[in-house]
Amino acid sequence: MHYKAFMIKYAEIGTKGKNRYIFEDILCKNINRKLKSLGAFHIRKEQGRIFVEALSAYDYEDVVTALTKVFGIVGICPIVIEEDTAFETIRDRVIEYVDNAYDRKNFTFKVDTRRNDKTYPMTSMEVNAELGHYLLEAYDKLAVDVHEPQEIIHVEIRKVVYIYSITIPGPGGLPVGTNGKAMALLSGGIDSPVAAYMIAKRGVEIEAVYFHAPPFTSERAKQKVVDLACLVADYAGAIRLHVVNFADIQMAIYDNCPHEELTIIMKRYMVKIAEELAKKNDCQCTVTGESIGQVSSQTVYSLSVINEVSTMPVFRPCIGMDKQEIVDISEKIGTYETSIQPYEDCCTTFVAKHPVTKPILSAIEKSERKLEGMIEPMFEKAVETAETIMCRYK
Amino acid sequence: MEAYFDNAATTVVFPEVREFVLRLMCEDYGNPSSLHMKGVNAGSYIKKAKEIISKELKCEPKEIIFTSGGTESNNMALIGAALANRRTGNKIITTAVEHASVSSCTRFLADMGFEIVVIGTDAHGVVNKEELLQAVDEDTILVSVMYVNNEIGSVMPIEEIGKGIKEKNSSTLFHVDAIQAFGKMHIYPKRLNIDMMSVSGHKLHGPKGVGMLFVKNGTKLKPIIYGGGQQNGMRSGTENVPGIAGFGKAVEIVYKNLDRNIEWMRKLKARLSKGLLEIENVYDNSGDAPHISSFSFIGVRSEVLLHALEERGVYVSAGSACSSNKQSVSNVLTAVKMPKEQLESTLRFSFSEYNTEEQVDYTIDVIKEILPVLRRYVRKK
Repeated sequence: MHYKAFMIKYAEIGTKGKNRYIFEDILCKNINRKLKSLGAFHIRKEQGRIFVEALSAYDYEDVVTALTKVFGIVGICPIVIEEDTAFETIRDRVIEYVDNAYDRKNFTFKVDTRRNDKTYPMTSMEVNAELGHYLLEAYDKLAVDVHEPQEIIHVEIRKVVYIYSITIPGPGGLPVGTNGKAMALLSGGIDSPVAAYMIAKRGVEIEAVYFHAPPFTSERAKQKVVDLACLVADYAGAIRLHVVNFADIQMAIYDNCPHEELTIIMKRYMVKIAEELAKKNDCQCTVTGESIGQVSSQTVYSLSVINEVSTMPVFRPCIGMDKQEIVDISEKIGTYETSIQPYEDCCTTFVAKHPVTKPILSAIEKSERKLEGMIEPMFEKAVETAETIMCRYK
Repeated sequence: MEAYFDNAATTVVFPEVREFVLRLMCEDYGNPSSLHMKGVNAGSYIKKAKEIISKELKCEPKEIIFTSGGTESNNMALIGAALANRRTGNKIITTAVEHASVSSCTRFLADMGFEIVVIGTDAHGVVNKEELLQAVDEDTILVSVMYVNNEIGSVMPIEEIGKGIKEKNSSTLFHVDAIQAFGKMHIYPKRLNIDMMSVSGHKLHGPKGVGMLFVKNGTKLKPIIYGGGQQNGMRSGTENVPGIAGFGKAVEIVYKNLDRNIEWMRKLKARLSKGLLEIENVYDNSGDAPHISSFSFIGVRSEVLLHALEERGVYVSAGSACSSNKQSVSNVLTAVKMPKEQLESTLRFSFSEYNTEEQVDYTIDVIKEILPVLRRYVRKK
C-alpha cells in the first residue's frame, strides 16, 4: 500500500446549483458508510472534490472496489499528499510516485501543474518543465508529449501538494438518498434486480417487495430474493424487503377468474399491494423489471391493463432493453449467478398454458368483480402481515 | 408435531456419538502420524473403529479404508479400480439407477476410454440380473451395483449377482454401493463375493464427513488421493480421527439393536402405506428396504406437497425436483418407467429408529387434509 489518500471526482452533482452542498454531503455520508468496515478514513470536501484520507492501514483493492460501487462517483484517483511544498521535495515525491504507480515506465507524458499559491517561487510552466526534466532523467524509457500524452501527471500546489495521474472510473449516477424512495418489485429473476439497481443509480433509495406463495413457492425461492436484495444493496445501500404472503389471493383468483387471465389479474393485485406498501413507507414510486414483449404479461396491451391500477409512477428501466442487455448488466453487478438458480417461483401451478396477450380492460375488470367481498380482507391481511427483512451486502 | 422422515438424506447424530466426538476434539486431538503419546492415542481410536466395523462385516480390520464419506468411497472404488486394472480389460458394468456419485464416475471413465455398460431395471427398480450377468465377459474389469436404491428403496439381488459374476469371470471386481443398506441389514461382503463396498457415516447417526470403503485383501486398487501415505498409502491425508471414532461408535450402537430396529421401521413403513393408500390416486412405489418408502400423489407436484408438509413439521424428500426453468427428472424414476404424472408427484419418506407411530399417523392425517386442497390448484390445460 503506497497511497494514503484518494481524490473522488463527481460530475453531475456540480450542476445542481444551490442544492449542491446537499448532494455533496450525502455523497460523503455514503462513502463513509461504504468504507466503515475497511479501516479508519477521514472524508472531506474541498473545492468541488472529495478527499478520502486513510487514518489506518487498509487494503487498497478492497477500498477501490468499494468506491466503485458508490453512485455519484465518476472517478477515483489514488493520490499522494505532501505537506512540504519545497520544489526539491515535490520532485522526489513525483519520481517516487511514478515508480510506484507504473509497472512499466515506457509511456509518453506531460506534467500539468496548478498553482493555487501565487506566492510560490516558481510559475506553473517552470514547475512543469523542471519536473519533466527530472522524470526523463530518472526513467530513460519515458518521453514527453505535450499534445497527446498517454499519461498526465497532475501536480497541484496548494497549502499542501497533491500528486496524481491515474483515474479509476466510478459507477456514475447520483448519490443514493438525493432523490426520494422507490418500492421495487423483486421476483427472483434476472430483470427486477437490474431495474432496482438502475433506479438506485439515479440517487433513489430502494425498498423492495417480494410475493411469496407457500407452499407453491419454496423457502429457497424466498431466500434467493433476500440474497438478490443483499447484492443490490452493495450499490443501493441497505434495502428493506417486504415479503408478502400472496397464496390466499392467488388461490382466490384461481378459483374465481378465467384461467388465461390469471397472470394479468395477479399482477394487478401485486401492483396494488406494492403501492400500498410504498405509501406506508414513504416511497414516491414503484419499480418493475418489465421489458416490452418479454412474456405474455409484458405485451404493451398487458402492461397498459396492469398499469391501470397504479396511482404512482411505475418506473420500468428495462422496458426498452433486450434480454441480453439486461443479462449483461446483471453480470456486471453480480446478480446473474443468483438470479439463474433454479428455484424460480414454483407458481407454474398458476400459469395458464395459453395466457391472454391482448387483455381487454373491461373484461379483466368484469372478472375481478367476482372477487368482490372476499378479496378485500385478503388484501388487507397480505399488507398487514408482510414480513420485513433488512438486506445488507455481506 | 415434528416428524423427520428424511433419514435417507441424513440422520440425527446419536447423543453418545456427539459426546464422544466432542471429547476427542477437546482431549485426544493428536495426529495419528505423530510419534508421541498424543499421536499413538489418536491412532488407537482409528484401530478401535476398524475393529467394530470389521466385526459387523465379518472382515479383517485392514480391509477397511476410511474416507470423507460415501461419495469419496464410490469415487475411490470406481476410478481406483478402473485405473489399476486397465491392462486386464476395458469394460465396466453398472445400473441405470445408481447414485450420482457412481454414475458421474462412470461417465468420467467413459470419457477416459472405458466401455460402460448400463443395465436397466424392472418396474420395481430391481436391476435385470440376467441381462447384467449376460454382459459380464473376459474384458469386464468391474461391476458396480448399489445394494439399496436411495429413491425408492428397491433391494438388488447382490448375492446372486456376486455369485454369477465370479462364475463368469473370477477376476472381475464387484463393487457395491451399500450407503443406503449398511445399518439397515446384515451384510457380510465376503460371503456375497463383494470386493469393494462403500459406506457412509451420517446415514446411520454418525457424523458427516466420514465414510469407508471395504476393500477385500488382494484387490487391485489405485489410490485417487496422494500425499503423506496414510492408511497404507491408499488414502493420504491426516485421518479424521473424531469423525472416524464417532462413525465406529455409531455402527456399534446401530448393530446392537439392528434386528429390533429393522422390525420397527418395517412396521412404520407398513403403517404409512396402509394409511396413504386409503386416499384416492395415491401409489406406493416402495421397494423392499425397511426404511425407504416412495409414494406418488397424482395431481399435485411433489415440491408443492413437500413444502405444504414442511409447514406442518413433516420433513420428506421430493422424488424429482422441478422448477419452472428446468425440469430435472429423477433418473431412477425414469428408469422404472414411471408415467409422467406419477413421476412429478413422487415423495420419499425414510425412517429411522427415532420415528414413532404417532408421527406416521399425524403425517397421514395431514396429507388427507391438505391433498384435496392442493389438488384443486393444478395447472389447467
